[in-house]
Amino acid sequence: MELIDVNDSNFEGKVLKSPVSVIVDFWAEWCAPCKKLEPILEEIGKKYNGKVRVTRLNVEENPRTAASYAIRSIPAIMIFNRGKPADTIIGLHPKSYIEKLLRSYL
Amino acid sequence: MKEVDIAIIGGGPAGLSAGLYGARSMLKTVVLEKQSPGGQILLTDLIENYPGFPGGVNPEELTKRMREQGEEFGAQVILDDIDGIEEQGNFWKVNGWEDEYLAKALIVATGSEPRKLEVPGEAKFTGRGVSYCATCDAPFFKGQEVAVVGGGDSAASEAIYITKYASKVYLIHRRDKLRAEMIWQKRVFENPKLELVWDTVVREIKGEKKVKELILRNLKDGEEKTLPVEAIFIFIGMIPNTGFLKDKVKLTPSGKIDVNLRMESSANGIFAAGDVINVPYEQVSVAVGTGAIAAMSAIEYINKNFG
Repeated sequence: MELIDVNDSNFEGKVLKSPVSVIVDFWAEWCAPCKKLEPILEEIGKKYNGKVRVTRLNVEENPRTAASYAIRSIPAIMIFNRGKPADTIIGLHPKSYIEKLLRSYL
Repeated sequence: MKEVDIAIIGGGPAGLSAGLYGARSMLKTVVLEKQSPGGQILLTDLIENYPGFPGGVNPEELTKRMREQGEEFGAQVILDDIDGIEEQGNFWKVNGWEDEYLAKALIVATGSEPRKLEVPGEAKFTGRGVSYCATCDAPFFKGQEVAVVGGGDSAASEAIYITKYASKVYLIHRRDKLRAEMIWQKRVFENPKLELVWDTVVREIKGEKKVKELILRNLKDGEEKTLPVEAIFIFIGMIPNTGFLKDKVKLTPSGKIDVNLRMESSANGIFAAGDVINVPYEQVSVAVGTGAIAAMSAIEYINKNFG
């Protein structure tokens, strides 16, 4: 399942006002490990289809949102629950690690 | 549960090399990778000392080629995170997050992960100016002053990479000379944006929402001083990934798998290769070589015990 692209202008609607929990993957073209994370998140999106919305935000093109969450290291995943940041994962981690954390917000 | 001949845990250069040799012997060979094939090399921008690639090779490209070469002969790369192994008669059972694998021989090629400084502020500011990946995070610090800690190849090469973005890079090392390859040392000394801070350790990382300054201590005269920086990149060595093995194989005091020249561990049917074993040099060429030895020893072991 493809990740949903979010940006500075639709972040509020797609992430903060989402009826289900949202994963936001902060990424950039220059970041090789970020590209490695994508297939893992796609699999998570497929497995928890309907229960979680899996999105990604390009930090280079959307500096406002990236800065407002003080993103200074990528890959960074934030889990949003009812419009609030609930957890952050910095760096590349196995799928099991992300899933374990995600499950408490489903 | 999947039944295989050789299960290789870890898909970096050592594991992919072992996969190639295993598959070419016509044995059913799987490479179990927890994140994405390539391992630690993906964190650097260019590999200049792997033979056969004048001008250097992109780690992504090298990984892709290694993987494809193994797959040509039937090696199968599976994404799974392994959390334990169990002996079952002559076999080893490997327990993953996705599946279980029953193998005649195991090759552990799980590599290592960056060592932490373990000073106050490090955990708090991880992702907020504390970083272990220069290619991921250097672009966030364009035109700013940052620090790099360490004195080996990684510290030197990553410090130079970061000078492409930062206005100034302090390279902080606890000794009075670097351990890095001489070619890296030459590049460090010639780089006008790099300033060496010798005989010095980081005592604390301070800030509010993000890193603001480091408290440094000079080991020669004991003097402490404050260094204002926006980020600190840490490259002070690696810790082998052996936690999932529990007490099943003998480890060295530093936690690496104790193998002999045939890459045999202390346990029957378990071989190991790459950064996780007790060789002193963590290099792609060493990983690939020890991966080949481990696979050939595993093949011989299977022929002898399961023939």
